[in-house]
Amino acid sequence: MKFEGTSSYIATEDLKVAVNAAITLERPIIVKGEPGTGKTMLAHEVAKSLDAEIITWHIKSTTKAQQGLYEYDAVTRLRDSQLGDEKVKDIKNYISKGKLWNAFESDKRPVLLIDEIDKADIEFPNDLLLELDKMEFFVYETGETIKAQNRPIVIITSNNEKELPDAFLRRCFFHYIKFPDPNTMEEIVEVHYPDIKKDLIQEAFKIFYDIREVPGIKKKPSTSELIDWLKLLMTDDVDAKILREKDPKKLIPPLHGALLKNEQDVHLFERLAFISRRENENVE
Amino acid sequence: MFINFFFDLKQASLPVSLKEYLMLMEAMNKRVVDSFNVNDFYYLSRSALVKDERYLDKFDRVFGHSFKGLENPEGETTKEIPEEWLKLMGQKYLTDEEKKMIESLGGWDKLMETLKQRLEEQKKRHQGGSKWIGTGGTSPFGAYGYNPEGIRIGQKEGKNKKAVKVWDKREFSNLDGDVELGTRNIKIALRRLRKFARDGAETELDLDNTIKSTAHKGYIDVKMMPERRNKIKVLLFFDVGGSMDAHVKICEELFSAARTEFKHMEYFYYHNCLYDAVWKDNNRRYNDNIKTWDVLHTYPSDYKVIFVGDAEMSPYEITYPGGSVEFWNEESGETWLTRMLNVYENAIWLNPIPERYWDRIASTSIIKQIFSDRMFPLTIEGIDQAMRELNK
Repeated sequence: MKFEGTSSYIATEDLKVAVNAAITLERPIIVKGEPGTGKTMLAHEVAKSLDAEIITWHIKSTTKAQQGLYEYDAVTRLRDSQLGDEKVKDIKNYISKGKLWNAFESDKRPVLLIDEIDKADIEFPNDLLLELDKMEFFVYETGETIKAQNRPIVIITSNNEKELPDAFLRRCFFHYIKFPDPNTMEEIVEVHYPDIKKDLIQEAFKIFYDIREVPGIKKKPSTSELIDWLKLLMTDDVDAKILREKDPKKLIPPLHGALLKNEQDVHLFERLAFISRRENENVE
Repeated sequence: MFINFFFDLKQASLPVSLKEYLMLMEAMNKRVVDSFNVNDFYYLSRSALVKDERYLDKFDRVFGHSFKGLENPEGETTKEIPEEWLKLMGQKYLTDEEKKMIESLGGWDKLMETLKQRLEEQKKRHQGGSKWIGTGGTSPFGAYGYNPEGIRIGQKEGKNKKAVKVWDKREFSNLDGDVELGTRNIKIALRRLRKFARDGAETELDLDNTIKSTAHKGYIDVKMMPERRNKIKVLLFFDVGGSMDAHVKICEELFSAARTEFKHMEYFYYHNCLYDAVWKDNNRRYNDNIKTWDVLHTYPSDYKVIFVGDAEMSPYEITYPGGSVEFWNEESGETWLTRMLNVYENAIWLNPIPERYWDRIASTSIIKQIFSDRMFPLTIEGIDQAMRELNK
């Protein structure tokens, strides 16, 4: 089992090594990186390339570790008992399996994505420590132990809102997806829009990386935003010439709403454009 | 060889443990990567040993050091080689003819200027051309016998044309915890200071308790409980004006991060040292100030206090009545600070000036002493430690 990237996902060399290490050693891998660099995508693509089932567990601030294992629905059972339902005699009827349980039961080695683990409570990763290490857990209500038939490939994403506990980190591989350099970016765009015009890309890239360099910008545009923007440029059939436009009156790139998502950034950008316009006029 | 590498990492105070080292060995043993390819080994060891992007840059440096036998990159952070050294080196090693050539190009300063400019440009674009440094013989740079690597351009060509060593690129340098501070990072650091508690109105259904109570009583008995909240309360004091002007940006960032992070937060401004009044609006500081006594009486002692300031002033401004540079203070700054610390047990001082200068500034030492050493640098690391201290 080896992950080599797919036709729709460009994996850099270091990412491949990290993922393959995690697959071979059957340990979780934590993926961090700027928003929009394809952290969640990675799990889907790994599943696709290994032809494995993907089980996703999205974490919210209220998610408890126990919910990933199983939940015991006491309220339904209480109601059933008052109605005299036959089901009530077997506690198993009231245990609903969580994502981890599903993953452990799978016949083929699945990919388990624990998405945005940092959203949960600080204690959340610690509560899953043993379960992810041993790949087994104990169901108190029925007294059985659930053990993974095939140790799933666990991919965990984090947006860095909370620090993860050391004990947890020690058991995982780690990869930080850095922002792609222009060459990698070109490959990524190629994968998404194979028939895009070469010169359009070049000019769009220039603008994109320039915007990322603007000092003081609050939210830098990311890969996914670049791809959206290119899509818009393509559907609008914007000519590369317009992007190359050096006329200071048109310094703001067309359809910039796809790149700048924050009104302060748009203002900042407009102000900068205004200043450079004025400077240009002064020169004239 | 790997053991040494591991200890090098430990020595550079990267948080690596034996478990991670064994994990790396296991991965090597299972041939996750071809062990003869140093690049793959670099990727693998990075993924196994580094668990936080803050340490990636440090790791790169140690890796480069361990596997290349360079000069020690750790200890003090490696800085770029100053221009003057290069100049001196040039003078020493260049022949007269070459020196003349440099002159013809506009002299050293011009050359360094252009070099800098090109480095800037090159960051943005990598398409070929003949003027880039190190790529061909036509460029004026690299022709004079100094190794471009010396100025950390890092464009050394390998035998197999694989170009730059990945760890030499040091792409993660701006993620280093000691260097960069953005609001987001500050927020994460501030989050150390959290104490969740349930108090206030009972708005949430307490399911477990309801079930227990229902089973006990034999009828449905709904139990409620209050929502869980961060109940940390914070008072922030910012030094403004004078020598603090240089640190405005970082203070702004700290302020905006703290504002979103803490529900109960009050802020005040002071100048240089705390005296009998503080203010909330810098434009109206003389008319609209707040008596420090009022602050002490208004906010209960479970508030945590954070002072932000460079603590750089004449020692008299702290220790003597009338020492203030702005007005006649009846009581010394020290008296006021001590009063503050007597009320608020959890108090710390954040200092934007790097820690290594503190001992040389008399006033800083005095304040540090007043705060019983609870002074921390205004960096991610420092805030992190400070929040731990406040949590005690």
